[in-house]
Amino acid sequence: MRAEPASGGLYHRVVVYLLFLILLLPLAGTLLYSLATSWSESLLPSGLTFKWYVALWSEPRFLAAFGQSLLVCVGALMLSVVLILPLLFVVHYHFPRLDALMNILILLPFAVPPVVSSVGLLHLYGSGPMAMVGTPWILIGCYFTIALPFMYRAITNNLQAINLRDLMDAAQLLGASTWQAAFLVVLPNLRKGLMVALLLSFSFLFGEFVFANLLVGTRYETLQVYLNNMRNSSGHFNSALVISYFAFVLALTWVANRLNKDKP
Amino acid sequence: MNESKRGRLLALLCLVPFVLFFVIFQIAPLLWVALNSVQSESGWGLDNFSRIFASKFYLQALQRSLEISFWSSLFGIVVAVMGAYSLHQVDSRLRDFVSAFANMTSNFSGVPLAFAFIILLGFNGALTLLLQQVGLLGDFSIYSKTGLILVYTYFQIPLGVLLLYPAFDALREDWRESAALLGASPWQYWRHIGLPVLTPALLGTFVILLANALGAYATVYALTTGNFNVLTIRIAALVAGDITLDPNLASALAMVLVGLMTLVTVVHQGLLRRSYHAR
Repeated sequence: MRAEPASGGLYHRVVVYLLFLILLLPLAGTLLYSLATSWSESLLPSGLTFKWYVALWSEPRFLAAFGQSLLVCVGALMLSVVLILPLLFVVHYHFPRLDALMNILILLPFAVPPVVSSVGLLHLYGSGPMAMVGTPWILIGCYFTIALPFMYRAITNNLQAINLRDLMDAAQLLGASTWQAAFLVVLPNLRKGLMVALLLSFSFLFGEFVFANLLVGTRYETLQVYLNNMRNSSGHFNSALVISYFAFVLALTWVANRLNKDKP
Repeated sequence: MNESKRGRLLALLCLVPFVLFFVIFQIAPLLWVALNSVQSESGWGLDNFSRIFASKFYLQALQRSLEISFWSSLFGIVVAVMGAYSLHQVDSRLRDFVSAFANMTSNFSGVPLAFAFIILLGFNGALTLLLQQVGLLGDFSIYSKTGLILVYTYFQIPLGVLLLYPAFDALREDWRESAALLGASPWQYWRHIGLPVLTPALLGTFVILLANALGAYATVYALTTGNFNVLTIRIAALVAGDITLDPNLASALAMVLVGLMTLVTVVHQGLLRRSYHAR
C-alpha cells in the first residue's frame, strides 16, 4: 500500500468529485425520472411515486424476460465453468506451453465483435442439422465465448497465486490421485476467485444485447431485447426498467467487490 | 513413463469439449465470414471490397465509425487520465468509493445507457427542455454525431479509469521529489519523466477504447433505431435488416471491421509489452 498523502490537495479532491458526478449524472437523472409522476419544463419533477415500479414488476412480459435472461446467463456460466476449468488445469499442469497459444486465442472475442460473429452464426446455424438460431441454446454458446477471455485471465491469476504445481505434488505425495488432488485440493482453493469471476462475468453477460437481438430477438426475449422493444412506451416506465436492471447489476458487482477484498 | 503418457493423453481428451465449443461459436463463424467476403455472384474475388470502397454510403459509415471512435476515445482518455491521477492522490476512502463506482458504471452501457440519455437529452428529455428554456442547447441533438460522441465518451470514461489506474502505480512519488529537489519544475517533471513512463499505458488504453467504440452496436442502435450510418449498423442491416439482404457484402464489411480491430489488438499487445506497470 502507498503512504496516505497528508492533505490530498483540494485540486485532486475536486477532480475526483467531478468524475463521480459525471458518472452519476445519467443514473441519477434516470432514477429521478423513474420516480416522477411527470417531469417536464421544470427543474424538478412535479411529484414522486412508485407507480412505475409497481407497473413494471407486475408486467408478465418483463418478468418473463428477466427470468429468461437469468436462465441464459446462468446456463452460459455453467457451460463456461465446465469447459474452462479443465482447460486451465490441463494447460497449467500438463502443457504450460499452451498458455501462450491460449493467450492469443482469447484475443479473438475482442478482435471479432459480436456483430461480425452474428453474420456467420446466422447462416451457419440458421437451418440444417445444427439449427439453433432463435433458441436460447445459441446464446448460451455465444456467451461462453464472451466470458472466456475474462474467466481465463481471472482464474489464471488465481492458479498462479496458489502455486498449482506445489499443491498438486503435495497432494499426490500424500497419496491422492490426480483427480482427487484436482477436485478436493485445487478446486476448493479456487472457489473464491471463481465466484468473483462468475459474478463479474454475469454482470456483463446480463447486459449483452447484440447476440440476443440479432440471433434470437423476440423468440426468446431477454431483458435487453425487451428494453429495446419497449422504446415506445412511457419514459417513466423505461426509466424504472433501466434502474431495476442497473440496481441488480450493481448488487452483483458489489458482492463481487466485497468477496475480492476479503480474499486472503 | 507409460503411466505419464496415458496421463497426458487423458489430459488432452479433457480439452476436446472446449475446443469443440470454441470452434462452433468462435472459429467457424469467423471462417464463414472470411470465406464469404471474397465470394460474390461473379465467383471468387475482391468484388465485395471494391463495391464497399466505391460506395459513398459505405465509406460514410466507415468514416463516421472512425470519427466517433476517435473523438470519444480522446475525450474519454483525457477525463480518465485526470481522474485516475487524482484518484491516486486522494485519501483511500474516497478513492475506494469512486473507483468501485467507476467499476460498476462500466456495466452501464448499450441499451440502458442509450435510454438514460434519451430520457434526459432526447427530443422531450427533461434536461433538453430545461436547457432550451435557458437557451443553452443551441442545435445540439443526442441523435446526431456530436450526440453519439457524447454518449460514447460516457461509456469510455469508466473503462479508461479502470485501465489507467494501475499505470499510475509505476510513477513513484520519490521520482517527483527527486526531480523537484534537483530543480525541475512540475512541467519539466511531466515532460521528461511522468509522460514517457506513462506513454505505453496511455496509448494502450487509447487503442482499447478505440476498439471498444468501433465494435459498439447496442448503444447506437438503441439510440437511433438503427438509422445512424456506422459500420456495425450497416453490417447488421445487411444480414438482419428488412430491406436488402446481402450476406456476402455484410461479410466483406465485417472483415473490414475485423481488420481494424486486429490492427488495434496487435498494436495494444505490442504496447503492453513495453509498458512499465505490466513488467
